[in-house]
Amino acid sequence: MTLSHDRGVVLRTYRLGEADRIVVIATEARGKVRAVAKGVRRTASKFGARLEPLSHVNLLLWQGRSDLEIVNQVEVLDHFRTVREDLDRMTRGLSLLEVTDQLSQEGHPDPALYRMLVGALRALADPARDPTMVAPAFFLKALVLEGAEPVLDACASCGEGADVVDLVAFDLAQGGALCRSCRRGRPVSPEALAVVRGVLGGALGPLLAAPPPPCAGEVASLATEAIEAHLDRRLRAARSTVGLS
Amino acid sequence: MYTGPLRALIDELGRLPGIGPKSAQRIAFHVLKIPGEDAGRLAAAILAVKERTTLCSRCFNVAEAGELCDVCSDERRDPTVLCVVEDPRDIVAVERTQQFRGRYHVLQGALNPLEGVGPDQLRVRELLERVGAEGAKEVILCTNPNLEGEATAMYLARMLGPLEVTVTRIASGLPVGGDLEYADELTLGRALEGRRQVTA
Repeated sequence: MTLSHDRGVVLRTYRLGEADRIVVIATEARGKVRAVAKGVRRTASKFGARLEPLSHVNLLLWQGRSDLEIVNQVEVLDHFRTVREDLDRMTRGLSLLEVTDQLSQEGHPDPALYRMLVGALRALADPARDPTMVAPAFFLKALVLEGAEPVLDACASCGEGADVVDLVAFDLAQGGALCRSCRRGRPVSPEALAVVRGVLGGALGPLLAAPPPPCAGEVASLATEAIEAHLDRRLRAARSTVGLS
Repeated sequence: MYTGPLRALIDELGRLPGIGPKSAQRIAFHVLKIPGEDAGRLAAAILAVKERTTLCSRCFNVAEAGELCDVCSDERRDPTVLCVVEDPRDIVAVERTQQFRGRYHVLQGALNPLEGVGPDQLRVRELLERVGAEGAKEVILCTNPNLEGEATAMYLARMLGPLEVTVTRIASGLPVGGDLEYADELTLGRALEGRRQVTA
């Protein structure tokens, strides 16, 4: 029976019994952790809103005899209120949580993914920034962390450089951008490819600081399809029409 | 270990929410001990609730089959104020306050993008139709103060925006009898935002 300190982002919660919840947290030091928050659904719970999805928290967890740990104490580092109180930002934030939930594993710490999630949520919570490009950039960066960085400067199939052939399509299963003669997957414009290169090539900061480019919608669907192909499942939050109708 | 009807009863009870194998066994033995008349009433109540209970055709609260629910059939209730809740059990909670004399609309759930629950799975279209048809002047969004409930409230506020109706959200704040030092930052922040002038 041990106590452990950690910090993490609450990814999702499930109802358990009368008033408890199972909380799934992406932690910095231990990867994905599932823990029981006792009595959290009661209005007088000591945890209050601290264990709602999107919360960035410091945790004290107690490992008893059961497989599931029990949340003992919680301190909020950031609850990203701007994200919670804007439907469009919230839907985008939830898609970040969904991807992180799919990529992180229990007992396998991934500090880079954790830091990227916190950074993306901070960017999303900044009211001065347009939120459009945050989620697509997160999906593309997550592919790189997973070792599935798409080829963007040459045809992923025949290897001809972008200076020799026009790259006109994108298919993650083929490895990235494709030339006219190898084309498969979805068509892609030169402008969208340039934005993707910028995201993965160190120009993310200026991209997020500026208004979204005209091809933002195209980049968003390309990034969503690419991460879905990598995860081999459809993203519910990213496909949700709740925030966009 | 047990056979026949007793085994079947333990199995069925064990499938109920919150009932584990030990509790199922205890309840089954209790049923075995009580008079046949009491067991018959229990069985009849279970059958009746399935046969005679349905959703109110107006507000989707639970009602007797083919009829409006108690609230909708009460002529004294104010039809111009609609309180939108997620679940029929929320109606019971609001009614206990004795502060609300309007009518209800039960969404039968809340939006949950992570679980793929969208507006089409809820009674949103029916709400929008009711607001127009019944001449509601105010819609109170009384969904749970969690992520799903807030998403649902924001979505409904967006959908109700173009209609000529006042849309309000229940206040968030501290539970009466609680201590400030244990309040979480989000709740306390909202309580401060929603503060009211105190008149002498």
